[in-house]
Amino acid sequence: MSEAAAQQLEAFLQRVPYVRFLGMRAELAGDEMTAILPFAQPLVGNTNIPALHGGVIGAFLEMTALAQLSVTQGSSKVHKTIDVTIEYLRPGRAMTTYARAELRKVGRRIANVHVEAWQEARSQPIAALRGHFLLARD
Amino acid sequence: MAVDLDLIRQMGQHMATTVPQAAALGFRFVSVDRARGVLEVPWREDLVGDPDTLVIAGGVVTSLLDHVCGLAVSAAADTVPFGTATLDLRIDYMRPAAPRAGVTAEAHCYKLTRSIAFVRAQAWDADPADPIATVQAAFVINRG
Repeated sequence: MSEAAAQQLEAFLQRVPYVRFLGMRAELAGDEMTAILPFAQPLVGNTNIPALHGGVIGAFLEMTALAQLSVTQGSSKVHKTIDVTIEYLRPGRAMTTYARAELRKVGRRIANVHVEAWQEARSQPIAALRGHFLLARD
Repeated sequence: MAVDLDLIRQMGQHMATTVPQAAALGFRFVSVDRARGVLEVPWREDLVGDPDTLVIAGGVVTSLLDHVCGLAVSAAADTVPFGTATLDLRIDYMRPAAPRAGVTAEAHCYKLTRSIAFVRAQAWDADPADPIATVQAAFVINRG
């Protein structure tokens, strides 16, 4: 994967204010992107456990899908979410969360994306997302 | 014997303001009723999802919808208040919110069993009849 892909990703992460609000980062290994969400107190939804807010996990999964699309589509525009289904598998603990997106199908107008998030072990995902996105054109 | 509405109201206000993520996003409590809840999130520059349009991020709406669904489930409590955890959340985005617009969300817990709650919700910027997003969700109930 080229230098251009890394630049696309960095541009996406820097440009979107909400990505900075979440504190989300991402790393590229070839064409494989790993999104990283360091733990922070404002992300907590349940102080007793403590656990990440379900909305934060959903948002992180959605932003991971959008970031991956920005890498592969080579557009500086933000693609639009049509629908997402988020499955919660385990509590999101007070630690760093990782996510990877798989582009199942990228058509002319619409992309189908699956995302999985995990913490301690990739084989024990905490949540998954399936979604459709309307692709923006430059 | 259903839980007292005043208790639900207190809990709703507490949920909307003291949960760290809710406080960080600036959620405001609007109202609760039996098995129903309404919350809003005002627009803020650091919550923008698309810098070209200044529209609030879908992720913020996701958090608001998850939270208001949890509120509706708590407001449906038949005996004592209980903990909830999201099982799944399906969100359809009809259209983006208007630039610089805050979002209001209303949820209805239309079925509560011993262990599962089923919820529908919708979010809008200006007019409830013209929603920006609709939700279908299921929650697990943790009875003490």
